[in-house]
Amino acid sequence: MRLKPRAFEYVRARSLQDVFSVLDAHGDEAKILAGGQSLVPALNLRLAAPEIVVDVSAVEALSGITVVDDVLRIGAMSRYIEVATSDLVARHAPMIARAIPYIAHTAIRNRGTFGGSLCNADPASELPACALALKAVFNISSSAGERKIAASDFFLGTYTTALEPNEVLVSVEVPLTGPGSLFYFDEVARRQGDYAMAGLAARAEVRGGVLADARLVFFAVSDMPLAASAASALLEGKAPGSFDAEVVCEALAQTIVPLEDLTTSSATKLHLMKVLTRRALTDFAGKEA
Amino acid sequence: MNDRSAMSVLDKPNSYIGRSVPRPNAKRLAQGRATYVDDIVLPRMVHLAFCRSPYAHAEILSIDSTAALALPGVLRVVTMADLQDYCTPWVGVLDHLKGIKSAPQWPLANGKAFFQGEPIVAVAATSRAIAEDAVDLIEVDYKELPPVTDMETALDPDTPVIHPELGDNLCFERSIDSGDVDAAFAEAAVVVEETFHFNRHTGVTLEPRSIICDYNPADETLTLHMSVQCPHMSKNLYAKHLGLDEDKVRVICKDVGGSFGLKIHTYSDEMAAGALTVMLGRPVKFIADRLESFTTDIHARDHRVTAKMAFTQDGEITAVEMDDITGIGPYSVYPRTSGIEMNQVANLTAGPYKHLNYRVRARVVFQNKGVMCQYRGVGHPIAVAVGEALIDKGAAALGMDPAEVRRRSFIPDDAYPYTSPSGAIYERQSHRQSLDKLVAVMDYEALRREQRVLRERGIYRGIGFASLIEVTNPSPAFYGVGGARIASQDGCTIRLDPTGGITCATGVTEQGQGTETIIAQIAASAVGVAPGQVRVITGDTDVVPYGGGTWASRGAGIGGEAALQAGKELRRNILEVAGAILQSAPESLDIRDGEIVDAKSGNERMPLAELGRLVYFRGDTLPEGLQPELVATKHYVSRSYPFAFTNAAHACLLEVDVETGLVKLLKYWVVEDCGTVINPLLVAEQTRGGVVQGIGAALYEECLYSPEGQMINGSMADYLLPMAAEMPEIFVDHVTTPTETSELGAKGVGEAGTAGAPGAVMNAINDALGPLDARLSHMPFTPDKILRALGKT
Repeated sequence: MRLKPRAFEYVRARSLQDVFSVLDAHGDEAKILAGGQSLVPALNLRLAAPEIVVDVSAVEALSGITVVDDVLRIGAMSRYIEVATSDLVARHAPMIARAIPYIAHTAIRNRGTFGGSLCNADPASELPACALALKAVFNISSSAGERKIAASDFFLGTYTTALEPNEVLVSVEVPLTGPGSLFYFDEVARRQGDYAMAGLAARAEVRGGVLADARLVFFAVSDMPLAASAASALLEGKAPGSFDAEVVCEALAQTIVPLEDLTTSSATKLHLMKVLTRRALTDFAGKEA
Repeated sequence: MNDRSAMSVLDKPNSYIGRSVPRPNAKRLAQGRATYVDDIVLPRMVHLAFCRSPYAHAEILSIDSTAALALPGVLRVVTMADLQDYCTPWVGVLDHLKGIKSAPQWPLANGKAFFQGEPIVAVAATSRAIAEDAVDLIEVDYKELPPVTDMETALDPDTPVIHPELGDNLCFERSIDSGDVDAAFAEAAVVVEETFHFNRHTGVTLEPRSIICDYNPADETLTLHMSVQCPHMSKNLYAKHLGLDEDKVRVICKDVGGSFGLKIHTYSDEMAAGALTVMLGRPVKFIADRLESFTTDIHARDHRVTAKMAFTQDGEITAVEMDDITGIGPYSVYPRTSGIEMNQVANLTAGPYKHLNYRVRARVVFQNKGVMCQYRGVGHPIAVAVGEALIDKGAAALGMDPAEVRRRSFIPDDAYPYTSPSGAIYERQSHRQSLDKLVAVMDYEALRREQRVLRERGIYRGIGFASLIEVTNPSPAFYGVGGARIASQDGCTIRLDPTGGITCATGVTEQGQGTETIIAQIAASAVGVAPGQVRVITGDTDVVPYGGGTWASRGAGIGGEAALQAGKELRRNILEVAGAILQSAPESLDIRDGEIVDAKSGNERMPLAELGRLVYFRGDTLPEGLQPELVATKHYVSRSYPFAFTNAAHACLLEVDVETGLVKLLKYWVVEDCGTVINPLLVAEQTRGGVVQGIGAALYEECLYSPEGQMINGSMADYLLPMAAEMPEIFVDHVTTPTETSELGAKGVGEAGTAGAPGAVMNAINDALGPLDARLSHMPFTPDKILRALGKT
């Protein structure tokens, strides 16, 4: 029944201005094409049927990975492969470098983009959770000007973000990882490259021998990346390895009811969140030692 | 049939049989230069798209196609009312399956839809995109009817009857009661029982079902370009149901991107393409998309089996009793029926063992889900898993090693030919030898030691065995006796060309498994040329001898034997001509590497190309009275046994992460006895591919349906296939027991991997979790199910 997309107009933008003019003219009926790894299948399945598709792959302003003052800035059009092999990312945001190999498969990582993943806001995706855990800031532009949105305000639900129809994500800024920073990233998936049954992006800093600014962010368990704030708060001010992981796990159970998926129940997801949490805390304790 | 004289083609020094000859067509496939149906573009061709039922069970109240028809590029929008005069319905029953019943099926739904995805309206347009645009504009008014989805309650008195004219939802039922089952259970030292669930899954060919139907009204010929396993069967069926002269129907099948059994059935949408080409007088193309594949390709398995097994104190199996129910969707699929899988389960469960007491009740029921029919392994994976799991459970209860219980219970080597309690006749099998070899190659004792050590460290490894039999080389007993025009014989026509090259046309088909390679090896060996000098033609009913194609692992055993006999005949003919030309006795000559040679000395007498030149262009120079015949045709049908049963012993080593429920496959071993091995490389590939599909059944693949009969995971993102990263290394070894029914001695190998793997994986998981008192018997073994069995969630 569905093999071919409904007819649509295609524009290859050369500048942000080109993008804005399409978005301003067509609003909801326009779709931005970056790496196309989600949009193109959606078009072919006629799950998306925009009037016009604006290809942003040639927009210079969206590319590049740079360090600007105390942040790492990753252009929205950066392909996964570029991010995964970037020395700057490896040095200043190692969690992201660790996370990218979990995303799908090589062919997809060659085309798919960093910004595309964030804007697609699939709740099972790795990068939204990393963005939340790392307190990333999203640089947004439109013909009306520029604005910044914190990761914690960007994701609103399944495939839903704070982006307005006339806006485009230009880049993402991640605070540089500092001395004493700890991070842990892992997920439980049935096959390599699958969407996870549950995943965890965790980070914390060790200041004066105790944990500070700890964030446990889970993905594939809710309709958006889920910051487990109650559980994270239990880590604050404690020396790594000095507390009972089961207390943290119990806080997860008290505060979170994961959404089931086709083959994984809510109870199993909660169990896997606990498994990941124990592994993360063990990892933190080991690094400190 | 036995012609194994000192210098048969099997053991001649220049034989290519038994060698890992690479596939000549691999390069074409690897370079993307294959010809699949969708690559074929014909003048004036139109494209089909279908409006399909969104409901599992519904009455069609009205159809409004006005807007669709008005769309530029749309040629015709048809419902079943429009096709009534172009196509007759079909019913999937066979005479030898006593009592089997089904309802008539049409190219488009005839008033009611019985499963989600059943085609309702067909749109023919100048492009597929336009046809899909038009489908979006069709308005169908449905009245939803209560769907029957749970096979366990399908026969309950208060469950609606899907086809009222059939009286109930029972398609087919079979029972076996052999020996004295009750007495055997009463006397048993140990009885084990278990209920198993086998997940509904499907073939998932990379190339979807694809067809171009091209009717020429001027000469009333129909040419079908199809991705298909059985070109001659399709020729018959399209002629029959479209009311055409069968002799004027030609089926052409070029490269096929996987079939696994799902391309041997009659599909409504494909038949609609046939009706439309006759209606329009233009070529009509239909390519199934992935969602159509998931919802309308045949599915398989979906059995619930409750079974028990009795043992003596010494670990010998004395009796098996089982109850099987399977849901097959709303129709028995035409023409092979959906009764065969259950029939195989009944025939084959615990088939390698010597017990004589065997009782089966098996029922096949209708339901409002996608149709079920023969997919690689047909019934074997169920039969093997049930029998092998019960043996392991029995071994545990007896405190015995599972390999040892198998050894004690195998049919003894000196008991062949042997008739099983289900009535199957085995010519000769090598169970004990195969298992002994398996245990040796895997170093079983060392693995058990390692298992014990690792368990103390909280690492749970499991070892699972599966011994099995596989039905191959079918005789007419499979379908022909039931009235289906499905050939079990096959033929090969072989000729010497003027260049000295050999062209070989065979009725068996190439689905990617290497048929063309082995036919070339056999023909080359029989004639005396290199395989590279043999060109093999398959898949064109105007060109190849009438044959059955690819099903029930018959290509090598049946098609191979025909090629061998045809090659030998051609060789005799060539030597007769050569003898006359060279004034030598034909018996004193041989053909080696494309040259006529003196048989004794090996001295070259004449290249085949020279013989070809003389015969084809200089007949005037040939000895008087000589009429050379450089084309030979031979056919072969297996008659002395209904089937050639192969056997194999599988073992799986895996590790269960008891925290995440993930299964890590570590190693897999197969010792396979498929008789004469024509090409070890291809046999290993077939076995590995089959094992991987069986692993898919055990761990990943499942067509998930909502209670309303909606398939809820009809995409490659949600339906998980086994992929390379998770697959273990698969070691393949052989025991060789050639069938005496043919000179070649080859049995089939296409399905044994799929047959054994689900049971071996299940046994390995249960072996791993044994110390934790967790046990699973509901496939696929997802982390969710494993964690539940472990009491973790």
